[in-house]
Amino acid sequence: MIAGARDGAGTVRALSDALRARRISSVEIAQDALARIAASQPVVNAFISVDGEGALAQARAADAALARGDAGPLTGIPIAHKDVLMTAGLRTTCASRMLEHFVAPYDAHVVARLRDAGTVLVGKTNMDEFAMGSSSETSYFGPVKNPWSAECVPGGSSGGSAAAVAAGLLPATTGTDTGGSIRQPAALTGVTGLKPTYGVCSRYGLIAFASSLDTPGPLARTAEDCALLLNAMAGHDPRDSTSLDRPREDYLRDIAAAHTSKPLAGVRVGLPREYFAAGLEHEVGVAIEAALAELRALGATTVDIALPMVEHAVPVYYVIAPAEASSNLSRFDGVRYGHRAARYGDLADMYCRTRAEGFGAEVKRRILVGTYVLSHGYYDAYYLQAQKVRRLIAQDFVRAFERCDVIAGPTAPTCAFTIGAKADDPVQMYLNDIFTIAANLTGMPAISVPCGFTAQSLPIGLQLQGNHFGEARILNVAHRFQQATDWHRRTPKSGSAQYFAAHSYETGAR
Amino acid sequence: MTWEIVIGIETHTQLSTASKIFSGASTAFGAPPNSQASAVDIALPGVLPVLNRGAVERAIRFGIAVGGTINRRSVFARKNYFYPDLPKGYQISQYEIPVVQGGSVTITTHAGEKHIRLTRAHLEEDAGKSLHEGLPPDLGDVSGIDLNRAGTPLLEIVSEPDLSSAAEAVAYAKTLHALVTWIGICDGDMQEGNFRCDANVSVRKPGAPLGTRCEIKNLNSFRFLAQAIEFEARRQVELIEDGGRVVQETRLYDPERNETRSMRSKEDAQDYRYFPDPDLPPLTIDDAWIARTRAAMPELPAAMRARLVAQHGITDYDAAQLTGSRELVDYYEGVCAALPATDAASHKLVANWVLGEFQAARNRDGVAVAVAPVGPARLAELLRRVADGTLSGKMAKDVFDEMWRANRDVAVQLTGVAAGVEAGMVDVIIERRGLRQISDEHAIEALVDRVIAANGAIVAEFRAGKDKAFNALVGQVMKASKGKANPAQVNEMLRQRLSS
Repeated sequence: MIAGARDGAGTVRALSDALRARRISSVEIAQDALARIAASQPVVNAFISVDGEGALAQARAADAALARGDAGPLTGIPIAHKDVLMTAGLRTTCASRMLEHFVAPYDAHVVARLRDAGTVLVGKTNMDEFAMGSSSETSYFGPVKNPWSAECVPGGSSGGSAAAVAAGLLPATTGTDTGGSIRQPAALTGVTGLKPTYGVCSRYGLIAFASSLDTPGPLARTAEDCALLLNAMAGHDPRDSTSLDRPREDYLRDIAAAHTSKPLAGVRVGLPREYFAAGLEHEVGVAIEAALAELRALGATTVDIALPMVEHAVPVYYVIAPAEASSNLSRFDGVRYGHRAARYGDLADMYCRTRAEGFGAEVKRRILVGTYVLSHGYYDAYYLQAQKVRRLIAQDFVRAFERCDVIAGPTAPTCAFTIGAKADDPVQMYLNDIFTIAANLTGMPAISVPCGFTAQSLPIGLQLQGNHFGEARILNVAHRFQQATDWHRRTPKSGSAQYFAAHSYETGAR
Repeated sequence: MTWEIVIGIETHTQLSTASKIFSGASTAFGAPPNSQASAVDIALPGVLPVLNRGAVERAIRFGIAVGGTINRRSVFARKNYFYPDLPKGYQISQYEIPVVQGGSVTITTHAGEKHIRLTRAHLEEDAGKSLHEGLPPDLGDVSGIDLNRAGTPLLEIVSEPDLSSAAEAVAYAKTLHALVTWIGICDGDMQEGNFRCDANVSVRKPGAPLGTRCEIKNLNSFRFLAQAIEFEARRQVELIEDGGRVVQETRLYDPERNETRSMRSKEDAQDYRYFPDPDLPPLTIDDAWIARTRAAMPELPAAMRARLVAQHGITDYDAAQLTGSRELVDYYEGVCAALPATDAASHKLVANWVLGEFQAARNRDGVAVAVAPVGPARLAELLRRVADGTLSGKMAKDVFDEMWRANRDVAVQLTGVAAGVEAGMVDVIIERRGLRQISDEHAIEALVDRVIAANGAIVAEFRAGKDKAFNALVGQVMKASKGKANPAQVNEMLRQRLSS
């Protein structure tokens, strides 16, 4: 298990190389991951379900494929899916009492793609209930803790997926990003998380929160690993009418190019002045400035840009997302599956009690808001108006991308906050997504990469946004940045979680 | 001063696609409950709708047939409400921008022709069915839900309030029914609920603004449509004349009591919170798609009616009756082709028989055209024997009856299988029953002479100027021939003999 300890904490790339060199088996990696997860669970609570037997069976199959020489870059790599993605035969709860015992009869498209690529599904990660939140505190299965500090949230809603990678439990996980739910937890836990262009990864089998915004994507230690996963996850799916039918792309193509002293020469990095305004935590601002200096050192030029409409992104989002959610969550009515109240009077009473019991407070809040903004007499003032402003925000970005290739800034305005600190103040909680929401409203890709730490050793994330279908470019910029920095290699070592003592390892040792 | 009735009709037309509008599940009727409900139809978490282009194609066909505007871009919207047979908690429909706008249909009543304007036609999915009766008793006091129908494609066709009587409403519904089955977008089976009407009824004094309307839901027969409208209009008039006021509401028609009853008032109306469905991009229809569809359209009833009058020489009334249904006019054309009919007289003969004996027998036995016991080729054989003088009209009816009855039970059992009367059966029956008409001049001459000789008194009456006596003599000749003498020849011969 020495190799396992070393490689299991490493990157997908390192594990993949080790597997194919037969230095380690997929079963050994899976066993190691399962042990780490079991040890971490009481502290981090990154998982809702773990499928040990299934994982080992898949790992054995992967080892057989490797032995046959019939293996791709992801064969035998253990992963976990955010519990919003349907996994055939394995419980999918959306972190809600409503679906506490729901077992999906089919795989989500991205789940099937990663299964077909040979990955080993270890379990399902914890999250904010129905992916509604920025802290992973609203889960019916208890909050997720930040591996860097058990007192802090890991961000959300893909908090379990981010924490699992940050804690070295797995080399990669999937998440979904509706307003920042991959990038913000990636930033708060010091991992790399990519939200692809809307329509690149199918939403089939993703339990819908806000259909026009929901985007599945990968979380991993490096941009290169994210590209490896995206290569498997992306692709047209005729079952999703919003899935894009485009020629296949190799998202590693730019990353694979040889490293030079100025690998980012010619890349224009746009700096929106709106992203560096008041409200940004000082330490975050300092780290971002340093990261920008690094990008310049790598050959990039920076250019000031304006995104005047972006200040409306949060209110626009909090009209559109709840509106869609209020309708999407109507199917959870206790009639066909999921929770149903044990005692009720008539039909209306059954609906009321079932949904009152099955949904948590934040989900109810959003259903109420969404129902309100779609109501007769308010639709034009809220929903329609929000859609108009959404288009204006998109125009800002289209114009900006005439002057630059990527847009850089902080992923979140603050580092990880204390558990409970914002739980009673939804607006403060919502403002944590202030920099991430625009990419969802515009459908454009964005990535968060670790770019520093606060004095309290809490991670800080740099967000790089690209134009539509600009994944390869932002992945490459992130990769070159990671070639020159080691923020992404740092791991939580002490204090926060005692299991790290028992399972000491070093990440990225190579 | 009398009252004027104002009616607008919304029709839910089930489109004849093999699979549902947003899933691949079958739309076949009558399967065991929930055996045709896919993951999409039962709204599992994470599933998404994919539009069935066949449903769109049928909507385009309708738009072309009624001369409406086919929107190059239309939008699917969610209509949100909770009901156990609505699995997603919303129905996918079209709201602000439907696939078809405008157009009209022309109806014919005794008052003549009238153009009824259409407001729109939009695509939507049907809901499932709640079952409150007929469940296994061991389940106890529960309701069942059958989601086989959930997701079945519907085209909702909305008329302007251009109809002013129950008769017009029925004429409109029948014309629309004939049209949608004619262009092959709906199988039109009303018992299976494939063509359901909602009637919006109001009354007013002539020239006054529109009165408050009531909507009567789910009328699935033409008779109920007429009865419901008549009852409802009377109810509203009586209410107003008694000093009351019509309240806008949705009402249900109870055919057993022949009355409408309040279902819910406008105050109870739900807020459906329509918004564009983010799972479905706007539906775009390009000119090429419309052109392809137009090229594949069958000749429409109105055009065919005009052609039958001009080319076949039949009356406009007969042409209208025949083109009332695609199946019937296909049958008519089949008989014409097999006969073959070459002139106005033979076309008229076919039209008379199809609209007369054939329709009467079909209506009596409730048999569809496609499975009628006497197919077009057999009817043509029979009419050939009428045309060549072998059979009188009366004899031909007897032969038709025998063929029909002999095969009726077989045909009814074999629903869906074409009628099974064997070729040549007409002549077999004629021979067996000795029905051959006597057209031989000498034979008729002999009969006539015999009757004249035996009925001296009647002959004398005729000669004394009593015209009626002539008919009595014809009757005697026919009787003597056991009905087989050619009546026209008998008439001629008798006149000739009596005047000499």
